[in-house]
Amino acid sequence: MADDTLLEVEGLTKHYTTDEGFLDRLFGDKEVVRAVDGVDLEVREGETLGLVGESGCGKSSLGRTMLGLEEATAGSVTYDGVDLTTLSESEMRPYRTDVQFIFQNPFASLNPRLTVEDIIGEAMDIHGIASGQERHEEVVDLLETVGLKASHATRYPHEFSGGQRQRIGIARALAVDPDFIVCDEPVSALDVSVQAQILNLLDDLQDEFGLSYLFIAHDLSVVEHIADRVAVMYLGEVVEVGPTEEIFSPPYHPYTHALLSAIPEPDPLWDGDRVLLEGSVPSPMNPPSGCKFHTRCPIARDECAEWDEHPSLEAVSDEHQIACPFHEDVQHG
Amino acid sequence: MALLEVEDLETRFYTEDGAVNAVNEVSYSIDAGETFGVVGESGAGKSVTSLSLMRLIENPGRIEGGEIRFKGRDLLSLSDEEMRSLRGNEIAMVFQDPLTALNPVYTIGEQIAEAVRLHRDVTDAEARERAIEVLDSVGIPEPASRYDDYPHEFSGGMQQRVVIAIALSCEPDLLICDEPTTALDVTIEAQILELLDDLSEEYDMAIQFITHDLGVVAEICDRMMVMYAGEVVERGDVEDVYYDPQHPYTVGLMSSIPRIGADIDELATIPGTMPDLVELPPGCSFHPRCPFAEEACTRTDPQLVDPETGAPADGMGADGHVAACLAHTGDLQGDLDYTVEVVDDDTEAE
Repeated sequence: MADDTLLEVEGLTKHYTTDEGFLDRLFGDKEVVRAVDGVDLEVREGETLGLVGESGCGKSSLGRTMLGLEEATAGSVTYDGVDLTTLSESEMRPYRTDVQFIFQNPFASLNPRLTVEDIIGEAMDIHGIASGQERHEEVVDLLETVGLKASHATRYPHEFSGGQRQRIGIARALAVDPDFIVCDEPVSALDVSVQAQILNLLDDLQDEFGLSYLFIAHDLSVVEHIADRVAVMYLGEVVEVGPTEEIFSPPYHPYTHALLSAIPEPDPLWDGDRVLLEGSVPSPMNPPSGCKFHTRCPIARDECAEWDEHPSLEAVSDEHQIACPFHEDVQHG
Repeated sequence: MALLEVEDLETRFYTEDGAVNAVNEVSYSIDAGETFGVVGESGAGKSVTSLSLMRLIENPGRIEGGEIRFKGRDLLSLSDEEMRSLRGNEIAMVFQDPLTALNPVYTIGEQIAEAVRLHRDVTDAEARERAIEVLDSVGIPEPASRYDDYPHEFSGGMQQRVVIAIALSCEPDLLICDEPTTALDVTIEAQILELLDDLSEEYDMAIQFITHDLGVVAEICDRMMVMYAGEVVERGDVEDVYYDPQHPYTVGLMSSIPRIGADIDELATIPGTMPDLVELPPGCSFHPRCPFAEEACTRTDPQLVDPETGAPADGMGADGHVAACLAHTGDLQGDLDYTVEVVDDDTEAE
């Protein structure tokens, strides 16, 4: 573990089983959804780690499992020398002031019956951080930090626009003074002009409070803007990880290359080559053999399907790792 | 003559809080076979404009003024019966969320065949055959055997292909796509965009493409308009609008997109949010958020004009680049101070 590692994930696995229903148990139907399948990652102090991939690739499950919102099937999450996955609910509680979560949908993640002051102050109550007048002052401070007004404290969530609600969600996460925040698609429900405001706010807060982020997104251009390092996921596994500028330039994992080339270019005369992936992500209940990407991979060889397991991450530079032995075959123009 | 001409369309919703001015004097035209982009943020009036075209505005909404001429016929004066035979036949629509657009209790083949039987004089067997044919043309593998599958048995991208297949079943002249790729991943979005592009060529079909994604517009549209608070603020060829934007809102939108390869620390933003459509700001609706706003902007509501000459736009403006900003009519003291940079074949609007 490097000196500046804040949180380390090793072999983290999250499987969901489908035998929870009565009928499934009766007939013994049991299928396993391999949402996260042996992920190794580290988050460093003060950095933003971007996590990208298509829907269903396990990004959100990974984020939630890291913070103990889902119980890990296997593997460890080490924070401050402690494996968070072994803690009970009550043992986990003190760590919740260190690790926080910002959710995707600002319309669903705020309690509609609480005022903004109570939404933000609730976390302070639970962790005994502040109460009474002190709590009120802290809430007002936080509102101003995230670009809202003190007068907003007495209002309810429905009185705010999407961008303002996301600011409330950010203030709530900041209320316990965390070190690490998982941001799960925090801007994908917002319009572009508002999206830029929230991205800039997250950036400013990181500088001010020395926060580390795991920034989950499907939009690579957003991740390129905000992340220091990026991990690319496909079907529950990390296929490429490295510093942002190295992820966005060759050598590429063939999947990363396809994702990048699929982004519509806001330039009417742009005439680049586009790699079109066939089909959609296979079901994580029954993932393909060998390299899981071989069914859609433009450079797949016969042997890719025959391996016993997914190829492991191999270093291509100091910090940059790619899980594809044939990545040099990727044609980039 | 243009395929579709919309002139001074006004749609309002009467709510307890007052009348919501969702669409205000919107004019544009679409030629046969052309792809026309409609861009703007949530609440700009993009979807209400499209629903007005189909006359699908429900209470408390009302189309209050203007004309919608499709192949020369005024759609607003048609009877309900005539409108019904047009919908899904000559004008079809593709919605944002394929799972809510499809009926979960009918097979996808039946949902396509239903549209065919309604508008064409065909036997059940012929309708089935036609459904399989369109499923094939939208790229569903083994269409004959997938005919009897239900929507939940398809992935999101495949469901959207089915919705497109329903829309195409009667070979419409105009296809209205309301954010058809917003719910999809980029890789699937690229597939659907390519499909729409191929189909518009194959069927010589015009597309009205509503989106908030400027990348998508650049990729598939010929002409476009930018909407803000229910009004058209800029309209023209896609190339003109991208390389030479003439309205501060368009400039703001373009510069707030994070771009791959652009090395900038802070994204440009448009401060504030879209105004309340019940009580629009006086003068130019954009002035509270506009970096170039002056006192004149709070008094005068700008009209769409030619940015070069300041001459008013002529009606629906089948060609030409127009923008609604007082800077172009000489009413402002200052200039619109921004530049568009094209970096490495990539456009950068700052």
